[in-house]
Amino acid sequence: MGESGLLAGQLFNGVSVASILVMTALGLALSFGLMRVINMAHGELLMAGGYLAYLTHQVVRGPGFPVAALLVGFAGAALMGAALEALLIRHLYGRPLDTLLATWGVSLVLQQVARDLFGPTGVEVTAPPWLAGALVVHSGPVAGLSIPVVRVFVLGVAALSLLGVGVVLTRTRLGLYFRAVNQDRAVAATLGVSTRAVDLTVFALGSGVAGLGGAALALIAPVTPTVGQSYIVDSFLVVILGGMGSLVGTAGAATLLGLLSSTVQTFTSVSFAKVILLVVVVWFLQVRPRGLVAARSRALEEA
Amino acid sequence: MAIRDRWAALLLWGAVLAAGLAAPSFLSGYALSLLGRFLALGLVTVGVVWTWGYGGILSLGQGVFFGLGGYALAMHLKLESLGSDPLPDFMVWNGLAHLPWWWAPFRSPGFALAMVVVLPGVAAALLGVLLFRRRVSGVYVSLITQALALAFSLLLISQQGLTGGFNGLTNFSTLFGLPLASSAAQRTLYWVTVLCLAGALAGSHRLLTTGVGRLLVAIRDSENRIRFLGYDPVPSKVFAFTLGAVLAGIGGALFTLHVGVISPAMVGVVPSIEMVIWAAAGGRDRLLGAVAATVAGNLVKDWVSSAVPELWLYVMGGLFVAVATVRWPSVREIALRWPGHVPRAVLGEEVADA
Repeated sequence: MGESGLLAGQLFNGVSVASILVMTALGLALSFGLMRVINMAHGELLMAGGYLAYLTHQVVRGPGFPVAALLVGFAGAALMGAALEALLIRHLYGRPLDTLLATWGVSLVLQQVARDLFGPTGVEVTAPPWLAGALVVHSGPVAGLSIPVVRVFVLGVAALSLLGVGVVLTRTRLGLYFRAVNQDRAVAATLGVSTRAVDLTVFALGSGVAGLGGAALALIAPVTPTVGQSYIVDSFLVVILGGMGSLVGTAGAATLLGLLSSTVQTFTSVSFAKVILLVVVVWFLQVRPRGLVAARSRALEEA
Repeated sequence: MAIRDRWAALLLWGAVLAAGLAAPSFLSGYALSLLGRFLALGLVTVGVVWTWGYGGILSLGQGVFFGLGGYALAMHLKLESLGSDPLPDFMVWNGLAHLPWWWAPFRSPGFALAMVVVLPGVAAALLGVLLFRRRVSGVYVSLITQALALAFSLLLISQQGLTGGFNGLTNFSTLFGLPLASSAAQRTLYWVTVLCLAGALAGSHRLLTTGVGRLLVAIRDSENRIRFLGYDPVPSKVFAFTLGAVLAGIGGALFTLHVGVISPAMVGVVPSIEMVIWAAAGGRDRLLGAVAATVAGNLVKDWVSSAVPELWLYVMGGLFVAVATVRWPSVREIALRWPGHVPRAVLGEEVADA
């Protein structure tokens, strides 16, 4: 394999990591922008999406399975997210740190549930034949580059979900309400927007996208009870770097961190990559404390 | 607080301290080491009360400071127990020829003891200045410190030849020439822990009544108001963060001595957030309550996780949800509601401001 082929492969790896990060960070960024709460159990919604894909695999075989798994993953995680919002998060409004601890508790419980139901080791989903191959470049400047089809598929899913959420937020009534509540909750409520309903729907949407990410991830790697934990901290960094509640910022930050971590990993190690990622984020906050794309606000307190 | 309450509080503190100091005479060796371990964690909790309860900064990376303190002392213990060998065992297994230069100064016990305080203190002060100067606050700080805990534990695991890797540092024999396993050393260690904790509690109590403490609590309650009154909140917040880190470091060093090992599993994301939960359970700005919750909680943890391990995460998860959603009465409130005690106006105020 040529030097440039290797580099292109690394670059693609970075984009591939970023695609999963986008799907987990999207929901976090949405609910953080809207309600100023961080859902620590968000990673477990990703995990739930993965296990739902596994369960779907037990029932649906054949070429249509990945699509079915994605749908089930999305719907299941969205329902779980809605339940979480309605039963717990809604009661902790205005107390972001308490929400953080409470949802951490939920994440511990969900991990143990997964361990009891599916065992501590991972369950695997085999991708159907049409996703099994790899795209190999034989000539040209990046000769030798080999890209697994399934990763391209996951990338497509991430791009589509980003596009889908983008369309919902800019072209629909729900999106209009979301933007209104995001900018000024009190005024939106005065104008007759049911802020609680918007919160619930957006939270469920974000959870669903995480579930989608989990189902997509199941095609690449085995699903374990701790899979959520391994993605969640990076997703938090994406949200911080991206700026709260900004779709563009989240996508940009996810791509940036994905590329950075895979590049650094090639030269050093996974653990050094984490340290460098953190240093970059803390340094970046020195320059732009509100993230890549900051919401403009005249409010004094970020309440 | 009425005079009568003050005497009652003093009496209560005195009784607890006396019982703590006398514990070696009526507890078995195992129970004593368990209690000593939990009291060391109590010191960490006092730190959490300072950063979170009084400073309003929820750090999810206390494990890092705990680990810095623990490793600083563990490195000395490892070097002290070398005997005639030139290198610690794990370094030999990993093919190191020389002792890394930054290990060498830890041969000196004084240097190691100083580092127990200096390392976490400097790390926290640096991070605190970087974050608070740019007005990074709230969940941002929590998430960044959590990422720090993750990075720290991964780094420790990956640098096996320098840090002992996943197994951490263990197999200590002596401390300042005293064999650690002897019951005299165990008892001394326990007393040192109790005194450290008592000192931290008394010092905290004192510090709270000074301008430093008052300013800190005022910043927690309304940072912008304090800013407009002409104070700079940054030094106060850095101070609270650093104090919490130093207490975590000392707690980590004592914990390492009690358990005889420090490893990445004790400093990562999960243990870090566990250090916070005990403060939350005991009332986040109640010093004595937080320490009591740490000891009681860890007793329950020890018991549940050895009897029915698969149940523990459910209990822990439920506890997190409970402490965040329900407001528990403080020790003092319960004492004030004691039969025969007339509730005072103070009580009403305190319940209302939660």
